[in-house]
Amino acid sequence: MTASDNPQAIDRSRQAFLSRSTLLTSVVLIVGMLGVLVLNALPDGNPLHVSSATVALLGKYFTYMLLALAVDLIWGYLGILSLGHGAFFALGGYAMGLYLNAQTSPLPGWQAVMTYFPVAALAIVLAPGLLALVFGWLAFRSRVTGVYFSIITQALTFALMLVFNRNEMGMGGSTGLTRFYELLGFSLSSEGMTVALFIASGVAVLLAFWLCRAIVVSRLGRVSMATRDAEARVRFIGYRVDHVKLALFVVSAMIAGIAGALYVPQVGIINPSTFAPLFSIEVVVWVALGGRATLYGALLGALVVNYLKTVLTGAVPDAWLFLLGGLFVLVTMALPQGIAGLLARRRGRQEASA
Amino acid sequence: MNPIASGRLERLREFARPDRVFDFMAPAQSPVDVSHGPILYLEDVSVSFDGFQAINRLNLTIDDGELRCIIGPNGAGKTTMMDIITGKTRPDTGQVWFGSRHNLLTLDEPQIANLGIGRKFQKPTVFEALDVTENLELAMAGDRRIWKTLLARLDHEGQARIDEVLETTGLSAQRHRLAGVLSHGQKQWLEIGMLLMQRPRLLLVDEPVAGMTEPEMHRTADLLTRLAGQQSVVVVEHDMGFVRSIARQVTVLHQGSVLAEGTMDEVAGDPRVIEVYLGGDEEAA
Repeated sequence: MTASDNPQAIDRSRQAFLSRSTLLTSVVLIVGMLGVLVLNALPDGNPLHVSSATVALLGKYFTYMLLALAVDLIWGYLGILSLGHGAFFALGGYAMGLYLNAQTSPLPGWQAVMTYFPVAALAIVLAPGLLALVFGWLAFRSRVTGVYFSIITQALTFALMLVFNRNEMGMGGSTGLTRFYELLGFSLSSEGMTVALFIASGVAVLLAFWLCRAIVVSRLGRVSMATRDAEARVRFIGYRVDHVKLALFVVSAMIAGIAGALYVPQVGIINPSTFAPLFSIEVVVWVALGGRATLYGALLGALVVNYLKTVLTGAVPDAWLFLLGGLFVLVTMALPQGIAGLLARRRGRQEASA
Repeated sequence: MNPIASGRLERLREFARPDRVFDFMAPAQSPVDVSHGPILYLEDVSVSFDGFQAINRLNLTIDDGELRCIIGPNGAGKTTMMDIITGKTRPDTGQVWFGSRHNLLTLDEPQIANLGIGRKFQKPTVFEALDVTENLELAMAGDRRIWKTLLARLDHEGQARIDEVLETTGLSAQRHRLAGVLSHGQKQWLEIGMLLMQRPRLLLVDEPVAGMTEPEMHRTADLLTRLAGQQSVVVVEHDMGFVRSIARQVTVLHQGSVLAEGTMDEVAGDPRVIEVYLGGDEEAA
C-alpha cells in the first residue's frame, strides 16, 4: 500500500534515516557545492564563471542555513521557540574572532588561551553549549514553556548584547572584533581561503543536517515530537521531559555556535549587533518561511530569504523590512507549512493524479 | 601480585564494568512491595487551592489486583485525587504510599510513572503526529534515559508486545494510521493501550467512556474488566450504567472525602449517597 491509494496511511519512510527528502536534500547540497566550485574554477572571461565574491556570499548563506537548522531542531520538533538563538551564534563567532585576533597580536589575560586553535575550537562549541545547559536547566526544570520561554530567550540575547557592548569586556566593545588576517596560518584574503571556508561551511551544513535527521528519526526524536504535542502525557509515561528538552537545546546551541564560528572569518567582523533580538527573530522567520518541522525546509527558508535580502536590500533598501514582514504575514496566512508544505502538497497531488 | 593490590584491582574492574552503569548512577528503583497489604494507600490527605478545599482528609486504600470505581458529583475531587497520586499536585497534609515501600510524595511524575502507575486523562491524550504503533512504542516500559532513548531500536520482543496490545485494544487494523485521525473511541483505547505498554501495577483511568457510543462503551467495559486481576485498576466515571456494568467495589467521593464505600448496590442504597449524588435521575438505584 502506498500513500497515494490511502491518504490516511502514513509514510513509513519518515522513520528511516534516508527518506526521499533527505536523499534529495543531500544530493542537491553536494551537487550544488561541487557545481559552484567547478564554475568558480573556470577562467575569468567565461560567461559561466562564478566570482569569488559570490562564493563568499554562498559560504555565508551556508552558515545561516546551519543556524536555521539549529532553530528548527528545537522549534519544529520539540516545540521550543527560541527567540535568542543569535546569542549562541554570536558566542561561537566571538570565540572564533578572539582566535583570529590572536594570530596577529597577543591577547591579554585569560584570552591568551584562545591563541591555540584546538582551544578555540573547543570554545566554539562549549561556550554556547554551556550557556544553553545552564539557561535550559533553569528554565526547563521550572517548566517555563511557550511564550514565556520565548520571552526569556529574548531577554538573554538582549542582556548579552548590552554586556558585549561594554569595553571592559575586552571584546572590542561596540565595534566588536575585526581586523582578521590569518586562519590556521593561511591568509584570509586569499581566494583559496574563500573556497576553503565555503567548503567547510557546506560540509558543516551537510553533517549537521545528517545529525539532526538521525536525532529526529530516533526514538528520542519521537519522544520530542510527543513532547511538542502533549507534554503532560510524555511525563506520565515516564520520560523526563526536562532532560529531553535540555539535551536537544544544548545540541542546537552547539550547532548555532559552529555556524557563528564559520560566519565570522567569511564576513570579517563580529560585533554586538549579532546579539540583537531582531536577528534572532529573523532566523525564526527563515524557518517559518521554509517550513517548520522539516529539516530541508529550514535550509531552504534560510537560503531563499537571505538571497532575497541580498537582492532587495540592493534594489530597494528602504523597503526590505516591509517586504520581509509582508512575506512572513503572507506565509503564515497562505502557507502555514511554509515552502516545504507547498512542495509536499504538490507532490501529493501529482501522485494522486498519476 | 600481592593480595591487597589484586583486591583493589578487582574492585576497580568491578567499578569499571562496561556492561552496566555505575551503582551510584543506577536508578533507585525497587519492585513494589504489596506483601504487607494494599498497593495504594492514602491517609488523611488534604489539599486546598486558594481557600477551596478540593480534598478534605481523604482516606483510601486499593488492594492489589482490584478494580475500583470512584464516583462523585462534579467538584468532588476525583481528578485532584489522581493528580496527587501521580505527582502532579502535592497535598498540604497526609500520606500517599505505593505498596509499603514507596512514598509517592517524595517522587515526581516520571519517577512515579516508572514505578508502575499509569494514568489515562479525561480528554483522550495521544500523540497525534505519530502513528498508533509509534504511540505504543514510546509508552513501552524500558530505559528512559536520553542516550538509551536516542539509540533505542524496536526489537522482536517489543514488536510482539505491541502486537499483543494492539490485539487487546482491537486496534490491529489501525496500527499504521496517525493517532490524530482515529475516532474518539479509538483514541481512548489507544491511550489505554499505551498504559498497558508501560506494564503498570496500578492503572488510573479518568472517565474512559465520556463521549462514547453504546457499543464502544461495552467494549471498554470488557477491556477494563479483563485488565483487573493482572493490574489494579481505578476508574473514575460519571456514567452510572457503565459503573454498574464493571464495578465490584465502589467509592463515592463528596466534597473531597469518602462518603460511602461498598458494592454498587450497597452504595446505591445509602441514603446519604442518594441525597448528594444519585438523587432523582437514578431512581432505580
